[in-house]
Amino acid sequence: MTTLTDPPKASFRLSMLIYDTRYRSMTIQAVAMIGFMLFAAWLINNTMTNLETLGKTPQFGFLLEPAGYDINQRLLDYNSQDTHMRASLLGLLNTLLVAVMGCITATIIGVLVGVLRLSKNWIVAKIMTVYVEMFRNVPVLLWIVLAMAILIESLPAPRAFRGENPEATMNLFDTVAVTNRGIYVPEPLFSNSLGNIHLLGQSSLRFDVSVDLIAFLIVLGLSIFGITKVNARAKHIQETTGERPKTLWANLGLFFVPTGILLALLGFHLGYPELKGFNFKGGTHMRNSLIALWLALSLYTAAFIAEIVRGGILAVSHGQTEAAEALGMRSGRTMRLVILPQALRVIIPPMISNYLNLTKNSSLAIAVGYMDITGTLGGITMNQTGRELETVLMLMLCYLVISLSISMVMNWYNNRVKLVER
Amino acid sequence: MSDVSFVRTEMLPQQEPPGSSVGIVGWARANLFDGVTNSVLTIISLILVYFVLEGLLSWTFQSVWNASSLTECREIMTATWGKTHGHACWAVINDRWLQLLYGFYPPYPAEPGVNFGENTGAWPAYFRPNLSFVLLLLAVAPVLFDKVPRKLLIVTAVYPFLMPWLMWGGSIWGPVMAAAGFGIGFLAYRLLTPVIGGLGGIIAAIALPVIWWLFLVGIVAAGLESVVSISIPEVESRKFGGFMLSILIGVVAIGCSLPIGIVLALGRQSDLMIVKTLCVGFIEFIRGVPLITLLFVASVLLNVFLPPGTQFDIILRVLIMVTLFASAYMAEVVRGGLAALPKGQYEGADSLGLNYWQAQRLIIMPQALKISIPGIVSTFIGVFKDTTLVSIIGLLDPLGLSNAIRADAAWNGIYWELFAFIAFLFFVFCFGMSRYSMYLERKLHKGH
Repeated sequence: MTTLTDPPKASFRLSMLIYDTRYRSMTIQAVAMIGFMLFAAWLINNTMTNLETLGKTPQFGFLLEPAGYDINQRLLDYNSQDTHMRASLLGLLNTLLVAVMGCITATIIGVLVGVLRLSKNWIVAKIMTVYVEMFRNVPVLLWIVLAMAILIESLPAPRAFRGENPEATMNLFDTVAVTNRGIYVPEPLFSNSLGNIHLLGQSSLRFDVSVDLIAFLIVLGLSIFGITKVNARAKHIQETTGERPKTLWANLGLFFVPTGILLALLGFHLGYPELKGFNFKGGTHMRNSLIALWLALSLYTAAFIAEIVRGGILAVSHGQTEAAEALGMRSGRTMRLVILPQALRVIIPPMISNYLNLTKNSSLAIAVGYMDITGTLGGITMNQTGRELETVLMLMLCYLVISLSISMVMNWYNNRVKLVER
Repeated sequence: MSDVSFVRTEMLPQQEPPGSSVGIVGWARANLFDGVTNSVLTIISLILVYFVLEGLLSWTFQSVWNASSLTECREIMTATWGKTHGHACWAVINDRWLQLLYGFYPPYPAEPGVNFGENTGAWPAYFRPNLSFVLLLLAVAPVLFDKVPRKLLIVTAVYPFLMPWLMWGGSIWGPVMAAAGFGIGFLAYRLLTPVIGGLGGIIAAIALPVIWWLFLVGIVAAGLESVVSISIPEVESRKFGGFMLSILIGVVAIGCSLPIGIVLALGRQSDLMIVKTLCVGFIEFIRGVPLITLLFVASVLLNVFLPPGTQFDIILRVLIMVTLFASAYMAEVVRGGLAALPKGQYEGADSLGLNYWQAQRLIIMPQALKISIPGIVSTFIGVFKDTTLVSIIGLLDPLGLSNAIRADAAWNGIYWELFAFIAFLFFVFCFGMSRYSMYLERKLHKGH
């Protein structure tokens, strides 16, 4: 005879918190959470006690005190009486400037080198391999200080440009002066300028917006809008009649005529650098520190990008090329329509992390005296005010925001080109 | 009718290929002069290579090796070649190479009353860092190459405790007692598990060593030192420098970051929400900020975070921050490897009845780590290169030393030779590591 027993009652015992897999994860998480909070509390408590002893209770009032130091390479107007906050803002803009410039040049050089490394030409491929290995295996800081040393030591001083028979001459039809104090390039000037709009009054975040630039951008935008309309019409005609009307001249005209008229009306001309006294005047002055950092970061990152591009192209199977040829595509179209879209999917994610690395490496500007955010907020401001905790936290926050925004934009782009799987 | 056949009845002998398609000529036609564009590219490249090599080789080899200052160097150059441009002055390396390798590490850590020949001191020159380096090679050999005898793993186990003692000096009891902590943990697990059960054993095996390290090590080591004194002269951290410092920071960061990185990667991949959030937060925070800000933390802030009165050695602080930095990157690399494993591997492990740690140890990790070898090695290379950043917070790594050497009146104004030497040494190390990773990839590739 058999007796049917009831299933065991689902009673809860304390030991089940550890031995029952249903509850164990919760136990582990609770322990981890408590441990983390205890650790954080310990850190904060220590910090508070220590700062109290040092008489440096955290506060951000120092940001509104006058900075008292100069920033020589700057994008907005600034003088040493401005606040630490404005100094940091200028530093941030300098970081972004060198990061954007670096990313663009690194991409161009990197793609070129990556493609050339796959060249059938033996010697070209070998030269590119040497370039890549050389730059990848030596610290970027060394490249930065080396670039700075080359610029300072090997370029002619401004006084070499003086006299009847100068030792050095300006390049590119006397428009660019390459000296050991930096590079002077022509600047755009408007003789009938519409002036500037001053925004945000006298505050630390004030900035000027050039009306000329706004007008130019508006006209350019309208031109591009017109061009898209013309092209859409051409496509429509092509789809209905099978013949595509010629759009080249209309497009060129739409692009150049309105902007040309506007520039002529504004009295656009270039201001060339000129040797006056001991130094060059006029033109835009790019200091050595900026150039050295830009060059070194671009060349260093380009070596990594080259490897990524090479890997991406190699990852597209040869069958794709052959299939495209079988369809009768020419090699240019094969590259543009078949190989590149597939290679890009492999290339983009590591490319994003290299852009991020470049941006973070731009903090090494401090080694050559370029006033980026590490040099202003994390350098002179920190040393002058003695507010280490606040400045380092703000510095980290700035870089975090930059990094996360780049990641977000790039991830959005990555999702757009991603293979749609069914 | 004649029997003239118009069909060839015997085979022709095989002909040699045309002379232009074999040998050097054929190779050059195929690889260098294949079409107009390629020919132009080849010629431009050859001209470029010629000019670069001509300048570089004459600079490197027509050089001065013996001089005591840059001025003297230039005098010799003018006397020999009639110009100072285009010739290297390797005399600076000759003069300062010990400093570039060891920083200000004392060649004879002094101990009064001990005499070694004409040099007063307890040890022959640079004996301790050299021995540490040789032991390092012995310690990593069994990990890197499987043909090396397994017994060398003992060196690997002892090395983490031996190396700090050799480098910093002092009493041997500190490192020995620190190592004893692991013994205590093991004994606690073995002896207490039968008494208080498996979980209690694990908790005891973690808690007892922590108590030992936090509160008892100092007292016991001091006691033992007063009974049996075994010590070597101490060397302060600020005397460390040169490649010795770079290698020290690199090796410690690389060695510690791999296990921490694996744990972080597992945490990020796990289903436990809070653990996952903590790991993601840590990884993304560290990866979002540049190393230089973390080094600022090490140099000015870390002492503020610790209990009042704690005085931490600067190199130790830098080591901690660089390790944390490397761990976050390592975690992402390992996570890539984990994510690349097919789901079937996890399910297979589950169906065999393995628990989480068994599955990780026996099935998941060996495969995931194998996939991520290239990434791991490039992280290693990156960390080693990033050790140069410590020059910004004032440590004397090779780059910092190059500034110090230039500050000397004798060598004021010398750039290229120092940079070339430093770059060459870094290149040798990093290139060696990348070649090793290729070797390992080939070896581990099972061809499926």
